[in-house]
Amino acid sequence: MNHSISLTVNGARRDFVLDDPRVTLLDLLRERLHLTGTKKGCDRGQCGACTILVDGKRINSCLALAISHDGADILTIEGVARGDQLHPVQAAFIAHDGFQCGFCTPGQIMSAIGMMQEAQAGNDPERIRECMSGNLCRCGAYAGIVDAVLEAQAGADESNQRRSA
Amino acid sequence: MKQFDYVRPATVAEAVAAAAQPGATYLAAGTNLLDLMKGGVSRPDRLVDVTHLDGLDQIERLADGSVRIGALVSNADLAHDAEFAKSYPAVVEALLSGASAQLRNAATVGGNLLQRTRCAYFYDTASRCNKREAGSGCDAREGENRTHAVLGWSESCIATHPSDFCVPLVALDAIVEIEGRNGRREIALDELHRLPGHTPERESALEPGDLIVAVRLPPAAPGFAAHARYLKVRERTSYAFAVVSAAAALRIENGKIAEARLALGGVAAKPWRARAAEDVLRGVAPTADAFQDAAWRALADAKPSGDNAYKIELARRIVVRALTLAAAGTPARIPALPASPFASTSGAIHA
Repeated sequence: MNHSISLTVNGARRDFVLDDPRVTLLDLLRERLHLTGTKKGCDRGQCGACTILVDGKRINSCLALAISHDGADILTIEGVARGDQLHPVQAAFIAHDGFQCGFCTPGQIMSAIGMMQEAQAGNDPERIRECMSGNLCRCGAYAGIVDAVLEAQAGADESNQRRSA
Repeated sequence: MKQFDYVRPATVAEAVAAAAQPGATYLAAGTNLLDLMKGGVSRPDRLVDVTHLDGLDQIERLADGSVRIGALVSNADLAHDAEFAKSYPAVVEALLSGASAQLRNAATVGGNLLQRTRCAYFYDTASRCNKREAGSGCDAREGENRTHAVLGWSESCIATHPSDFCVPLVALDAIVEIEGRNGRREIALDELHRLPGHTPERESALEPGDLIVAVRLPPAAPGFAAHARYLKVRERTSYAFAVVSAAAALRIENGKIAEARLALGGVAAKPWRARAAEDVLRGVAPTADAFQDAAWRALADAKPSGDNAYKIELARRIVVRALTLAAAGTPARIPALPASPFASTSGAIHA
């Protein structure tokens, strides 16, 4: 049986007919929309490479059935920059060498963006490590990742202060 | 993954009817179920998606002082509810010590209760597993079993229940509200999960079609808020299941323990309430000797199921430490590394 669903992906509404309910959000993004920035690492919810935001919250897209997320608002790594202007978290990852091979990086960045919105870590490196523990980096770029997130968090705090001043 | 039919019921009654059919199973976030389906461990014919049902995602304070947590509330939303955290801090510490932020954002309260064991032999379809395939045998018995059960296990199954959340819940007398073919009923969380005996494939008291719609904490539960902790030893400091964990909650009046609650995680096929230990703490001062006594009683019936005798001593020490921390008082904020015995001062940098 075919199932119709619609999603908002990076701001644009997309309609899909699913001829198989087994399709995950990860496979839908990669195979149907060719948005291959979201990576398939373990495909079992252990590595975090597939992290996207669904309705503003970071989740593992490999463990989410697309059919169950009818109507959801999805943000992927392809949707975070504004034209040529990188998202502050993207810029911070470059500035601090927050990657080596880069495979985990889209998931790391989406997770960091989600984490900053959750506002549970602040500028505490230990909290950042804890709150980013769902994203593995086999190259071991963790020190750069934490520095990048700290800088992005500091930038966000500063712009919040400017706005409220 | 095996092909399945997908059903999205509009009401709880429709959901129960759809899920009562043989081969049907409920889908909530799917963070455990999809993993099991990808591995061929779970092979449902029909998924009944309950995530679009109305009214199951609320945290309600009831007039009698209970709190009622809808089955579809996410682990993260519950943990980040400030009022809930103030009243039930050990529950929040347990939630935040489990899984990863991504999984906590998706995973639901009902799903957490019904998650399956992480026994590697249960997951490996080439291994014999009485839980996965009744009567096939148990390769964990003679296998890699250093993290397996030390309480309540049987020759048929030595798997543990992996939930952190359930441990303080069972200590605080949580109640599970169930909608089934014969209407609404409720049972103590302590009665939800079954010990394996000869039928490890039957993991819970739920009947076909039964849907957990809410978990309730009774009016007495917030009375422990000033002295409540969850402590969890795992093989890495974050994003790992418990080797052993404990929830300890005390009500201290005039320097004596008026009432104690204690439960263990990672030691049995269910969250393990240690009532004998609670009994010896009633009416005594919160001293190291009293906590040692409680720890011995909590593990009195423990026996190794393999290379895991160390877990018995570890559990005793975790019990003593959790009780000691609880007696010292619930911290104003959840520690930077929730439930970790290795928690450093917030802000400290370690390698």
